[in-house]
Amino acid sequence: MMGEEFVALSLVPILIGTFTAIACALPGNFLLLRKQALIGDAISHVVLPGIVVAFLVTGTLSTWPMMIGAAFAAIIAVILIEAIRRLGRIETGAAMGVVFTSMFAGGVLLLERSDTSTVHLDVEHALMGNLESLIWLDAMGWSSLLDPVALAGLPPELPRIFVTLLGVLAFLWLFWRPLKISTFDDGFAQGVGIRTGTMGMALVVVSAIAAVAAFDAVGSIIVIAMFICPPAAARLMTNRLEIQIAWSVAFAALSAVLGYVFAGYGPLWFGGQDAVSAAGMIATVSGVILALAALFGPCRSRTGAPSGV
Amino acid sequence: MLFEALALQLGYNATLVAIGSALLGISAGVTGTFLFLRKRALVSDAISHATLPGVGLAFIVMVLLGGDGRNLAGLMAGSALSAWIGLICVQSLTRRTRLSEDAAIGAILSVFFGFGVVLLTIIQSMSSGRQAGLDGLLLGSTAGMLMQDAMIIAGGGAITLALVLLLRRAMTLVAFDPQYARSIGIDPDRVDMLTMLLVLSVTVVGLKIVGLILIVALLIIPPVTARFWTERSEKVATYAGVVGGVSGYVGAAISASTPDMPTGPIIVLTCFALFLVSLFLAPERGVLAAYLRHRRFQEKVHIRQGLLSLAQQQPVYEPLTIRLLAREGLARLDGVPTEAGRARAAKALLDEHRWQIVHGMADFEAISSLYDGLRDIESVLTADQLAEIDALIGGPAEVTP
Amino acid sequence: MTQLELATDRGHIVAAETLAASPLAIRGLTVSYGEKPAVFSIDATVQDGSMTAIIGPNGAGKSTLLKAALGVIKPLSGTVSVYGAPLEGQRARIAYVPQRASIDWDFPARVIDVVLMGLYRELGLLRRLTGGHRQKALECLQRVGMADFAERQIGQLSGGQQQRVFLARALAQDADLYLLDEPFAGVDAATEKAIIDVLKALKAQGKTVVAVHHDLATITEYFDHVFLINVRKVAEGPVATTFTAENLQKAYGGRLATAQIEELELGAG
Repeated sequence: MMGEEFVALSLVPILIGTFTAIACALPGNFLLLRKQALIGDAISHVVLPGIVVAFLVTGTLSTWPMMIGAAFAAIIAVILIEAIRRLGRIETGAAMGVVFTSMFAGGVLLLERSDTSTVHLDVEHALMGNLESLIWLDAMGWSSLLDPVALAGLPPELPRIFVTLLGVLAFLWLFWRPLKISTFDDGFAQGVGIRTGTMGMALVVVSAIAAVAAFDAVGSIIVIAMFICPPAAARLMTNRLEIQIAWSVAFAALSAVLGYVFAGYGPLWFGGQDAVSAAGMIATVSGVILALAALFGPCRSRTGAPSGV
Repeated sequence: MLFEALALQLGYNATLVAIGSALLGISAGVTGTFLFLRKRALVSDAISHATLPGVGLAFIVMVLLGGDGRNLAGLMAGSALSAWIGLICVQSLTRRTRLSEDAAIGAILSVFFGFGVVLLTIIQSMSSGRQAGLDGLLLGSTAGMLMQDAMIIAGGGAITLALVLLLRRAMTLVAFDPQYARSIGIDPDRVDMLTMLLVLSVTVVGLKIVGLILIVALLIIPPVTARFWTERSEKVATYAGVVGGVSGYVGAAISASTPDMPTGPIIVLTCFALFLVSLFLAPERGVLAAYLRHRRFQEKVHIRQGLLSLAQQQPVYEPLTIRLLAREGLARLDGVPTEAGRARAAKALLDEHRWQIVHGMADFEAISSLYDGLRDIESVLTADQLAEIDALIGGPAEVTP
Repeated sequence: MTQLELATDRGHIVAAETLAASPLAIRGLTVSYGEKPAVFSIDATVQDGSMTAIIGPNGAGKSTLLKAALGVIKPLSGTVSVYGAPLEGQRARIAYVPQRASIDWDFPARVIDVVLMGLYRELGLLRRLTGGHRQKALECLQRVGMADFAERQIGQLSGGQQQRVFLARALAQDADLYLLDEPFAGVDAATEKAIIDVLKALKAQGKTVVAVHHDLATITEYFDHVFLINVRKVAEGPVATTFTAENLQKAYGGRLATAQIEELELGAG
């Protein structure tokens, strides 16, 4: 798997998978600590209607309308969830269940009723992505990494997800302190003048953007899995936020690389012929990592001291 | 076409499916109510996504045994098994580690679903892999359904509903007050487990009709919708059953009368439409009613506060208060009270004094706790009691202009 | 209205008297959860350099009053001014200690990390955390007697220790006005002593302390001013003249037996 073939066929999918995994896992840490892990689930469901509506409005599957449509859908979903929770005095989980299933159903329906046969947009693709197909045909080996002509032939998903990852990193770097403080103690955060509502919404929007960028390449299963599994496993490894984030990045990258390799080469080891879904395998590996952390992680259980009830 | 479908005139299969969907909807609504009351609505999301690997494995096993991989009964058995394993994983992650239930739900649903997708791609590459039947399980599809499958769905729906009705009393008790339930010999853990089993059977029966991604909607939306119409848990269950049943029936009928229409989304959107109507228009808890109530309440507070300020010759600070006082003819827009305003202000101040006396009297403790700044004192005290209090103040203060 | 000097801020008309430099002046504050006011039409003026206890029965709106004063919950009506100016511009001068039970102590952080949060206004978004900041956080921990616990995971602390960490975080804010929500709830005797010593030291430096308090027996010992509340204001003023049997009776009604009041050995109101 060295050299030419690897660079052309596997390097780009592995990089996309890794960047995606990290871009989702980073905000996932905060969602997890805010007891909003399932916001990730909700977002990845509503990305579909967002993209479908964007497609119906613009008639093309270009990046920006899709991104904007999906981010809008995520914001609408969060506002709806909050509105239902407050207005109907309904518990968050149930409010979420109402909103994301209905929006997803709406997306599927729109998709089925409109003519999308000319473009690559269907429910299966939305769920599972198509990581394996993102190959770099112009690559002739490692040297192509320095060849501007070959680089121009890179699948556009790669720069897209890379820029997204940089955006997520910039957001966390810039708002690290207010995010951390408002996640830990909302009342205190408001007391020192942090706009906690805006902060929470910004986190959701950033998560949505990561989800959209990821969604196109890898489908929504990975998105949900990466929002939750690496941060959850990381939480069981340490009691410090900074270190938890580092672990989650490591776990996300490991899931992506191992998942891709197992999906591509695993079946061959068992005498099979065809590769299996890389997205599914990446999610599976992240689950195995979480299981190991739950069994052996040094900080897996709650500490005994009174938690202040 | 739709009318024929609603009137059950689209053939034997469509009729069976419509009836099955209605029964499923009722069971899902009632079962979902208990999940909802226990604040565990989204556990059903984990359960439904966790069916996928079971479906895949069942298909593979049946093909390897030389049978038809798409046998619905076999797929349902497989999905039940893997959903059960998923549920156990959620519970052990929640109990044994520091992770909260929502994180456990998200982790399990994505990992199981991901693994299921891996299995689907394996099936695709198997020689007998005509996977079309499995795709339908994601979003529900009743088109071209075998009579045998329709029978299973109708039968499954009926059995689930019977179980729900049988267990509903115990589930209501546990949802309402687990400790009391325990004291009369009902083990809440066991009832919770039975509730989960019902969720599981709803999911499995619903696989073919609604599909595993959206079945959770049928467990969550009906109880949430019902909650807007009543405060009593038995009634929530009943109403949720009705909402679920209507959605299932209408959704299945619409889908049967329209080609290429996945059943799941139609059922879910029918249900969502009922939810929206309730959210806005329900008489007590609906948004419209609540908004009007809040407006009236806010006006009451402002007017009362304004009157007290006028009575104590303090300035009224807030523009809204002044506007409201002016609208009621109690003050001019520059804050100067009118004749009527002075009288009402004096009365408000007198009532405040009366309340203060009430607070200080041990006899009136129960009444004293009713004070919220707005309640008319005449509504809680008799004329005699008021006279007694006024005697303590030193006679009703003259309403001086 | 011409007799008033008016200052307009964000649509609110603030009367001249609230602009007097009281650390915390509240006018006409009403907050309601649903249809029932939790606090109704409260006027309060906290004296500069005082130690004020907010007291009243359960559900009387003590914490609500504090949170609304900080803008943590949105009032139905009313204005708040801090040192004579609107709250928003004055946040640097306020330190708030929320109820210990209001947060999830399973958060992945050490004691020192929590205290460093108190430096947020000083550090802003991006200023680098230096050894000096760390030193300051350690000093604040020292003042509450928790310096040895700096590296400890917060989930491992006892209730009293958690409360002291919260107080250390407030100290790190270098504020002029300290608002504490039930600082003595469920803490051990040693912690109570440590906290009150710190608060008295703050007062000695001329700072103002306002605390929601529930133990009537320690009012005269700990505080110099009281604010009695039961949805509406019952009384406010110096302990000597305001913390009277009569006012307590008004605030607590029948919920406080005469015997209990006698135990407090108050002078006749």
